[in-house]
Amino acid sequence: MALLPRNWPLWLLLLVLITLPIGAGILWLVLTALYNQVHGLIPVGRLAPQHWRFLFEGSVGGRPSIWVALKNSLFFAGTVAVLEVLIASMAAYAISRMKFPLRTPYLGMILTLHAFPAVSLLIAIYYILRVLGLFDTLVGVILVKASLDLPLGIWLMKGFFDQLSWDMEMAALVDGASRWTVFWRVALPLVRPGILALGTFALLSAWGEFILPFTFIVSAKSWTLALYMQSFMKEAFVDYGLMAAVGLFYALPVFLLFLFGQRYLLNIYSGGVKG
Amino acid sequence: MTKGTGVRLERLTKRFGRVVAVRELSLEVAPGELVAFLGPSGCGKTTTLLMIAGIYRPTAGHVYFGDRRVDPLHPRDRDVGMVFQSYALYPHLNLFENIAFPLRLKRVPADQVRRRVRETAELLGIGGILERRPAQVSGGQQQRAALARALVKEPQVLLLDEPLSNLDAQIRLSARAEIRRLQRELGVTAILVTHDQAEALAMADRVAVFSMGELQQYAPPDELYHRPKNTFVAGFVGSPPMNLIEGEFTGDGFRAGGLRLALPKAPTGRGWLGVRPEHLGLGPEGLPARVLVVEPLGREAIVIVELSGHRLQVLVPEDEKPAPDAEVRIAFPTGALHYFDAKGRRIGPE
Ligand SMILES: Nc1ncnc2c1ncn2[C@@H]1O[C@H](COP(=O)(O)OP(=O)(O)O)[C@@H](O)[C@H]1O
Ligand SMILES: [Mg+2]
Repeated sequence: MALLPRNWPLWLLLLVLITLPIGAGILWLVLTALYNQVHGLIPVGRLAPQHWRFLFEGSVGGRPSIWVALKNSLFFAGTVAVLEVLIASMAAYAISRMKFPLRTPYLGMILTLHAFPAVSLLIAIYYILRVLGLFDTLVGVILVKASLDLPLGIWLMKGFFDQLSWDMEMAALVDGASRWTVFWRVALPLVRPGILALGTFALLSAWGEFILPFTFIVSAKSWTLALYMQSFMKEAFVDYGLMAAVGLFYALPVFLLFLFGQRYLLNIYSGGVKG
Repeated sequence: MTKGTGVRLERLTKRFGRVVAVRELSLEVAPGELVAFLGPSGCGKTTTLLMIAGIYRPTAGHVYFGDRRVDPLHPRDRDVGMVFQSYALYPHLNLFENIAFPLRLKRVPADQVRRRVRETAELLGIGGILERRPAQVSGGQQQRAALARALVKEPQVLLLDEPLSNLDAQIRLSARAEIRRLQRELGVTAILVTHDQAEALAMADRVAVFSMGELQQYAPPDELYHRPKNTFVAGFVGSPPMNLIEGEFTGDGFRAGGLRLALPKAPTGRGWLGVRPEHLGLGPEGLPARVLVVEPLGREAIVIVELSGHRLQVLVPEDEKPAPDAEVRIAFPTGALHYFDAKGRRIGPE
């Protein structure tokens, strides 16, 4: 554990100041979702439960039910996370542990792809999805999102696999394991911190993803929560109370995930495999 | 009771890029024998072991277990157990599951796994701590767990890569005896890698001395000690190491600078004269020399003397050690000298 710096009250104050705008934004969101009217950050008027009517009414303003959007978002984020963890782990293990032709160019490609701005690919991806018949489907967007995030995931997992001792893998081979068994029974359990970190990261990233579903999904039945929220912005008269309530609803799982997942996320930066 | 199979290496070679880690190694290990691979760090001992285990594929040459050629086989089809220098226990499994791992891979029924793991653990004295993880036990216990994991599948060949080098000095001696006892009892053929010559001499039936990827000598410990095949083996085996003096053999003697020795039946030509510190004597007779340093070792002392421009180590009993700077006389034992030619090969006496 590092000791606190000498002027820690000053540093703390600085951090609080930097965080203040975000904190104020969140506070506004909570208040607006709960009260009739809010002036600045001071609620005026009564509590307004009607902002939460979207939870009980089948559809609000011609939108699909929020529960459909929630289900879509969960499916989207969950599948992206599972795909990413699975594929990134296998790819990273291979890169970290095996010799194969074109390994070095492949590594370079991963880095390049990671740095590549995904938005510039939108049109090309649109055509690809059209050709594959995956346009306007969740599966299509899931594949796109997972692919775009994979380079980072592979790179991250490679870092974790690189730290495993070769001796342990050799020992497993001598003990009678195949390479495949070594991966599943020895290597993978030992990079658990990496899996949890990448899983949490992928869930958060997919949960907040907007531009991909916005571009590739048209039908309201495939809306994710991000699209559901966005639909309020198109109206002539925006019901801020309702929108804030939906926003809070959308953000709640992220708070929870952060609460439980932040120590895994920290692993991305500190690394390390501990018995 | 001998269960182990013999191991034969035939012109085994391993290259890593341009580095030749092992060159044209041929040797045979008899069933049930314990052989030590001895040599300094980086001389190819581990690489050889990993080729026998099947982790590395030889660049050239073959490995036989008995009559069976195993070098094309996957490690799991070779029936070897191995203890790694780092022990390489699985940190996410407790000791029981670590030891059970090879059996589980073989799909041994659960009740048999339990019985065999318990038996092996008892044999090694770690029966009481099987629920703990590797990080929660001492180095000595980890070493035993690694040995148990290697033995539990009752392998034909047991490979030990410096199994004692990470142990404290106190338990190292008892672990030596323990491993030797187990190996004899189980009758398994064993190859022990070590850079510690005392360990090799104490434990092995035969010792293979390596230098820079090449086999220097393969012989029982006493032959290694009494008839080293070259100056490398002479200098590596024995502690303190053999004194080697470069000079000229003259047929009836040896000359090196101001040093002149009369040796009946000496060879001729340039070469090396070798004599072990424990065979040199300080006494009333012999050549005059001056004491430079005295290093007490407890029961004995190493005395470094200068003799006609040459530095020699002499091992004397503690109570006979001279004072620094004293003038002494060195007696050369004609019966315990070693002659090597200019290239370091042994040329006598027969
Ligand atoms: N996987 C490897 N890749 C490249 N060089 C290696 C590898 N393993 C060993 N070597 C080299 O081969 C030589 C012998 O190594 P090793 O067998 O580990 O020696 P020892 O066990 O006797 O200390 C050393 O020069 C080492 O650097
Ligand atoms: Mg080694």
